[in-house]
Amino acid sequence: MTAAVTLDGVSCTFGHGAGAVRAVEHVDLTIEAGEFFTLLGPSGSGKTTVLRMIGGFTLPTAGRVLIGGADMSHEPPYARPVNTVFQDYALFPHMTIRENVAYPLMVRKVDRRLREQRAEELLALVQLPGVGDRRPAQLSGGQRQRVALARALIGQPQVLLLDEPLGALDLKLREQMQSELKALQRRVGITFLFITHDQHEALSMSDRIGIFNAGRLEQVGTPAAVYEAPATRFVAHFVGAANVLEGDAARRLTGHAQAMLRPERITLGAMSGARTSGTVAEVQYFGAFTRVKVDAAGARVQADLPAGRGFTPPEPGATVHLHWDDGAVHALAGAAA
Amino acid sequence: MSTVENTLALPAARRGPLRRASDLLYTRRNLLLLALLAPPLLWFGVVYLGSLFALLANSFFRLDDFTGQVVREVGFTNFVALLDGANLDAARRTVGMAIAVTLACTVLAFPLAYTMARHAQGWTKALLYIAVMLPLWSSYLVRLYAWKLLLAKEGAISWLAAQLHLTWLLEAVLATPVIGGPSLSFSTLGTFVVFVYMWLPFMVLPVMASIERIPSSTLEASADLGAGPSTTLRKVILPLAMPGIAAGSIFTFSLTLGDYIIPQVIGDSTLYIGQVVYRQQGVAGNIPFAAAFSLVPIVVIGVYLWLAKKKGAFDAL
Repeated sequence: MTAAVTLDGVSCTFGHGAGAVRAVEHVDLTIEAGEFFTLLGPSGSGKTTVLRMIGGFTLPTAGRVLIGGADMSHEPPYARPVNTVFQDYALFPHMTIRENVAYPLMVRKVDRRLREQRAEELLALVQLPGVGDRRPAQLSGGQRQRVALARALIGQPQVLLLDEPLGALDLKLREQMQSELKALQRRVGITFLFITHDQHEALSMSDRIGIFNAGRLEQVGTPAAVYEAPATRFVAHFVGAANVLEGDAARRLTGHAQAMLRPERITLGAMSGARTSGTVAEVQYFGAFTRVKVDAAGARVQADLPAGRGFTPPEPGATVHLHWDDGAVHALAGAAA
Repeated sequence: MSTVENTLALPAARRGPLRRASDLLYTRRNLLLLALLAPPLLWFGVVYLGSLFALLANSFFRLDDFTGQVVREVGFTNFVALLDGANLDAARRTVGMAIAVTLACTVLAFPLAYTMARHAQGWTKALLYIAVMLPLWSSYLVRLYAWKLLLAKEGAISWLAAQLHLTWLLEAVLATPVIGGPSLSFSTLGTFVVFVYMWLPFMVLPVMASIERIPSSTLEASADLGAGPSTTLRKVILPLAMPGIAAGSIFTFSLTLGDYIIPQVIGDSTLYIGQVVYRQQGVAGNIPFAAAFSLVPIVVIGVYLWLAKKKGAFDAL
C-alpha cells in the first residue's frame, strides 16, 4: 500500500533576500493511508504551512509533495484529492447549508437530486440532520464546524486536512468533538491530517504525532512514544509537563547529563530510600492533582500528587522527600546547553 | 507577610457640570440617542423630505398658459403631458442610457476592483487608488470640456485614429444609426463614453469594498473543494460581490438619470430628462411640469431597487 502523503525534503521560504522567513525547513515525513496523524507545535512553528503545502494553497520552495504516490508539488488545490476543514470553517455565507455541503458535487456536475440526497446523508453522518435549509449565519460555532466537516468529506478525499478545527470551540464541546472526530475517522477510513497546538488533543486522538518547532520536525511517533521518550528537550517540555534536569543536578539525581522526569512519576515519602530531599517552594491546586514545586539538589522539581482520600498537600516551606522508580527517568540526547 | 502600602493616592473625582452632564447621558441612554439623532433627523425630515413633498405637491398643480402663474388646483394634466411623444422619448432615452452606462461601468470596474482588492499590495494599491480617485479631485466641468476636446473632429482621438490608419473604423462607427453622429463629440456614443468615465469611480469603490470583505479562506475553500477559477468566480466571488455591484449601480444609474450637463455639452442635442426639467423650470417657468418630470427618475430608481431586491442582490449583505 502506498503512503497517503509523502513529504520529500520539503522547504518553504517566504519573501526574498534579508527579509526572507524560512517557515518550513527540509521536512521528510510519510503519513500512512488510514492513519490519524497530528502535527503538533506552537503557533508559528510551520505546521500550518505544511498543511497548506499539502492542500496546494502554498507551494514548496524546495522538495516534493506526494499524495497517494503521485507528485502534486505544483498542482493547484482543485486538482488534488485532498479536502480541508478550515480554522474559520470558511462556509459560503450566501448558500444554504445543503448547498454548502453539496458544493463539491455541484462543481463535479452531479445531478441535483442525487447531490442533495448525498448532502443530507453527510449531514446525518455529522449528526446535524434537518438544518439543510438554513444559512451558515444561523448556526452555532460547533454546528458550523460539523457542516465544514460534512462538506470536506462529501467528495471522498484521500486525505482530510484539519487546520485547528476545534480551536474556536469551548472546552466541553471540544472534548465532545474530539471523540466524535476520532470515531468518524474510524468509520469513514479516510486519512486524517490534524493540526493543533493543544498537546492533550494530540495525545488523545492521534495514531501518530509529528512535533514541529521553528520550521523543523523534531520527532515523529505514537502518542505514548512521544510522551514517554521525547527525542529532544523541546518535545519533553511541549508534550505534557516535564522536569528537565541538566548539569550537576542531573548527574547527581539521574546519572545522565540531561534527563527528563515526568511530575506524575514522583511521590513524596519517608526520608529513608528517598532520591532527594528539598523544601516546598510552591503549591498549586488543580483538583484532580496538586502540583508541588520543590527546591532540591540545586534544581526546582515539580511533582504532581494525585488527589485522594486523606491526601493533605505539604505546606510551602516544609521539607519533603522525593521518590521515583528507575524507569521514570528518561535520558535526553545532547549535552546541556 | 507584610502588606503592600498604597503610596499612589488617586485624587477624588471632580464633580463639575461637564461630569454631571456625562453622568446624565451615560445613565439615560435614550437621551444620548436623541442628542445624536436630532440634527440628522431634522435635516432629513425637514429639509430633504420636506422639499421632496413640496415637489410632489407641485406636480399636481398646473401652469396657467395666459398669465404664466401656477394654479394651485389638484389635477393630472402634467402626468398626461408626460406621455406626450417627445417627453416619453426623452424618458426612454435617459433610462436606456442609464442602463447602458451601468452595464459598462460594471464590466469595466469588476476586474479593476478585483485586482485592487485581492492582488495589489503596497504602492501598487496606493497608485491604483489614486488613479481611480484622482478624477474626482478636479472639477466636473473641467473634465467634461477636456473630453469635448478629446472627442472633437480635430481632437486627439481622431488624430490617433488617423495615425493608426483607422479613420475608416471611426467613420464606420459614426455612421451607425442611433449611436453615431457627425463627430464623436456630437454623437450618443460620445455621451455614453463621457458618462462611463464620469461615474466609473462610483462603481469601482463599492465593488472593491465588497470583494475585500470576502475572507481569503472562502476562496481557498472553493478551490479546495474542486472548483476551478471560473467556477469560483461564478459561484462564490460574483454572488458575494453582488451587494457592492448593486450599490455601485444605484450610483451610476441615478447619476445618469439626473445629469443634465453632460448631454448638454456632448451629444447630438437630443434631450434627456435632466435637460427637460431644467428647461421647463428655468426657461418656461413651468415648475409643476418640471416637478412631475423629476418624479420619473425617482419612480425608475424605486422600481430598480425593488427588482434588485427581488433578484437577491442584497442577500449576501
